[in-house]
Amino acid sequence: MQNSTVHPYIPNTVPSVIEEMLAVTGATSIEDFYEDIPQSLRVKGLLNLPEPFLAEAELEEHVTGLLNKNRSTREVISFLGAGVYNHYVPSVVDEVINRSEFLTAYAGEPYEDHGRFQALFEYTSMMGELLNMDVVNVPTYDGMQATATALAMAGRITGRSKIIVASDTNPDLVSKVTDYVRSHTELVFVPSANGLVDTAVLAAQLDADTAAVWIQTPSFHGVLETSGQVIADLAHGAGALLVVGTDPIAYGSLTPPADWGADIVCGEIQSLGIHQWFGGGRGGFIAVHDDPKFVMEMPSRLFGLASTSVEGEYGFGDVAWDRTSFAVREEGKEWVGTAAALWGIAAGVYLASMGPTGMSDLGNTVLARTAYAQQQLAAVDGVSLRDSAAHFREFVLDLSASGKTAAEAVTALRARHIEPGVVIGEHHLLVCVTERITTAHIDTLVSALTDFLKEK
Amino acid sequence: MALPVSPKPAHRRFHQARWDEPIIFELSTPGERGILVSQAEPAAVEALSGIEDQLASLRRSSAPALPELAQMRVVRHYLRISQENLGADFNVDIGQGTCTMKYSPKVNETIIRTPKLAELHPLQDEASLQGVLEIFWRTEQAIAEISGMHSVSLQTQGGSAAIWANISMIRAFHESNGEGEVRDEVITTIFSHPSNAACAKAAGFKVITLMPDANGYPDIEALRAAVSPRTAALMITNPEDTGIYNDKIREFVQIVHEAGGLAAYDQANANGILGITRASDAGFDLCHFNLHKTFSTPHASGGPGAGASAVSERLAPFLPNPRIEKTDAGFTVNYGGEKSIGKVAPFFGVAPNVVRAYAWIMALGASGLRQVAEIAVLNNNYLLALVRRIPGASAPYATGKHRIEQVRYSWQELFEDTGISSEEIGIRMSDYGMHYWTSHHPYLVPQPFTLEPTESYSKTEIDEYVAVLAQVASEARENPDLVRSAPHNQTVHQIDHDDLDDPERWAITWRAYQRKYFSGADATLAQEPISVG
Repeated sequence: MQNSTVHPYIPNTVPSVIEEMLAVTGATSIEDFYEDIPQSLRVKGLLNLPEPFLAEAELEEHVTGLLNKNRSTREVISFLGAGVYNHYVPSVVDEVINRSEFLTAYAGEPYEDHGRFQALFEYTSMMGELLNMDVVNVPTYDGMQATATALAMAGRITGRSKIIVASDTNPDLVSKVTDYVRSHTELVFVPSANGLVDTAVLAAQLDADTAAVWIQTPSFHGVLETSGQVIADLAHGAGALLVVGTDPIAYGSLTPPADWGADIVCGEIQSLGIHQWFGGGRGGFIAVHDDPKFVMEMPSRLFGLASTSVEGEYGFGDVAWDRTSFAVREEGKEWVGTAAALWGIAAGVYLASMGPTGMSDLGNTVLARTAYAQQQLAAVDGVSLRDSAAHFREFVLDLSASGKTAAEAVTALRARHIEPGVVIGEHHLLVCVTERITTAHIDTLVSALTDFLKEK
Repeated sequence: MALPVSPKPAHRRFHQARWDEPIIFELSTPGERGILVSQAEPAAVEALSGIEDQLASLRRSSAPALPELAQMRVVRHYLRISQENLGADFNVDIGQGTCTMKYSPKVNETIIRTPKLAELHPLQDEASLQGVLEIFWRTEQAIAEISGMHSVSLQTQGGSAAIWANISMIRAFHESNGEGEVRDEVITTIFSHPSNAACAKAAGFKVITLMPDANGYPDIEALRAAVSPRTAALMITNPEDTGIYNDKIREFVQIVHEAGGLAAYDQANANGILGITRASDAGFDLCHFNLHKTFSTPHASGGPGAGASAVSERLAPFLPNPRIEKTDAGFTVNYGGEKSIGKVAPFFGVAPNVVRAYAWIMALGASGLRQVAEIAVLNNNYLLALVRRIPGASAPYATGKHRIEQVRYSWQELFEDTGISSEEIGIRMSDYGMHYWTSHHPYLVPQPFTLEPTESYSKTEIDEYVAVLAQVASEARENPDLVRSAPHNQTVHQIDHDDLDDPERWAITWRAYQRKYFSGADATLAQEPISVG
């Protein structure tokens, strides 16, 4: 019966139109078009799928009903981070990226799609200011992919095959990078000391086959690396590159890695105006200096400014297209496909809204509240900090002295509408403080944790 | 002038918005603010002062040179440039073949814009995530049924990333059988998406690319010659970019299986065969779908899309971690998976797109999905009949045959007659408010263009698109300079591409542009205040 439904998404389900169109094709039925598909490969009858909700009102109610089973981070106090951050998203950002012109466009030429080229050129340009680097890619999928590619680039640029991982790094990120580079490259891990890079051990590991030293700042544990210049000098002294994974949100107030010698800077842009989306709002950036030895190894799209036949008119286009797999298939650098352009536009609108003062204020607020949270939580009986380094946004609590596990603490505090952090070890809890967490929220956490740890 | 208004002319008198909008840095006024930020409380400031010495070496000495704009100026700038972008909601977007530019239903936008999705953290209490986990699980089930495969992961953010996940699983599978060293070749076809070849190469495989036979079908004899004990996998699209369905696809899979290899089916675009034929029927071990193609999620100016990787039972243990499972107690997340390739992307995947795709499937059901395929194929063959009538256009290969969901056409004859290339036709099409795309590289079909009408456009819209194509082809014969000098009705005029390939001259960011053209010692390239082509 539904076969005769005229569906609002499918205009030519109108029976008389089907007849008219068939007549033009010379076919007697739609079945004729499938003549090349052998009967033995055909689905017999209909797929076994749930009954649809043909009325839009019923569809909306069904899916919204499912989503309403969720409880969002807006309904609790959330100290969850570990790769997804609860930063504020200015309304202007959503207004722009929900515009149909951007939301439903795809791959038009820089004429009819001038707008997305300009928006993305501006995004990469603002990232360049934040990072003090001249070349930034049109976003790849996520920070994990950006990091994996940055390290693969380091291998190609140096012709070497060893990567030294010198910071505490998110295990999911290590998993991704390992999967991505293992055909060409080996990862060697140097344990941190007090949360920071152990430069003595690092120096001993560097050799003539080292392609890159890879550090994360803030690290998985939120530690801000303070020996950047030393690490850069060590890497460069061995003919290796320094690849720095980071979150650009810190660089309104902190010195960007390029200033202390980073060769490739990479990471995730979710913090810059993208909602948490269950971990599914992601974009990856890769930044390098304007050196063709580096630029020509980038797999992503790069948008550049161009002149047009009219004076005073900006045009845009793809820079060095022939390095991509779109142009030359497997002879290109890795591969490129539909990735994260709209999130790049979002991050651009975010940076344009924030400006230098907003980014500086935000960095200071996060630094200050992180410091406050560490100070207050470390004062709780049975709680200590895993290290004494400086932190941005995240830090690790050690509950060993309390006799309670991190998982027990999480369960207990969830009952009080607090998500206290991410369990990363039996007694270790990774706590995240963004600008949406106030000292009052922190005080609530401190009090709830104190109460829980006092329980027998 | 008086009523009645004269009839509309044959072709739309389109002109795209032209705001002549500056680059955002040029709009900056020092001191203006776009948004104010939550300020640290005195107690937090005091805590910070206690560690300021630790931060001393890390403090930025000069502020980043971001633009400074009041909020409404930010809005105005971005809305102006949005108008200079032609979304699929605005045009008859059948010119972007292979990409399945279908309607992205508005109700799905309404559905996803809730904090119950946008403000979920993936590591929240599972009990607070039951709705989203159920939608992921249901979508996986639907994709499993549509593909006939055993298990599905929705982790990847796009089709090429899903191809990467597939090649990574193939690699892990052979390694688990002790054949990782031996099986180092991947076979693909030239009309399969370039990422099949490129991902295989990036994963360490040697790539063998098969060329089509004289009729445009993948060459089965070439495949027989290519397989060997070194074959890790076949990675193939069907129908290929030509819209020709490879009727020997099961034999292709068998040949590879007999050689000990796996077969991966690139179903990024499965729009013409939904509910008609399934990957499992032809014996494939893996396949993937792009939720932003077949399953209607918006293309978002080039992502985020979403990829679905579907595999047979023997490949299921290799899927990315984590997996979502249904238990008596509800939906739960399993981070185990000893043989899993691990993480391909963060967490679970592009949640807003998974929800949109789920809503789209649930708006259609089994009958509706079949209607999607059938009408997409009807539209395509109707379009084919009309394009063939345009002098100078042709549809190479498979003469006299029908096509599935798209066709790679050729303007070779028109080019020989007029010297006007397919690229030039495409730019002129934009003057009428139409998208148009040529082809993936290399251009095996000379002067190519690839059209895919999907199920979303009405007959009259398809007629309009073809009328514009015919108009431009006739302009190419009668007034070639008009076509050659296009665009005329666009946001910008002809772009000079020469600077984009020269490392000395390219400008990938505004700061690089300033440095190369307008600053002291490096300004050797600067000419006039604004360089013009």
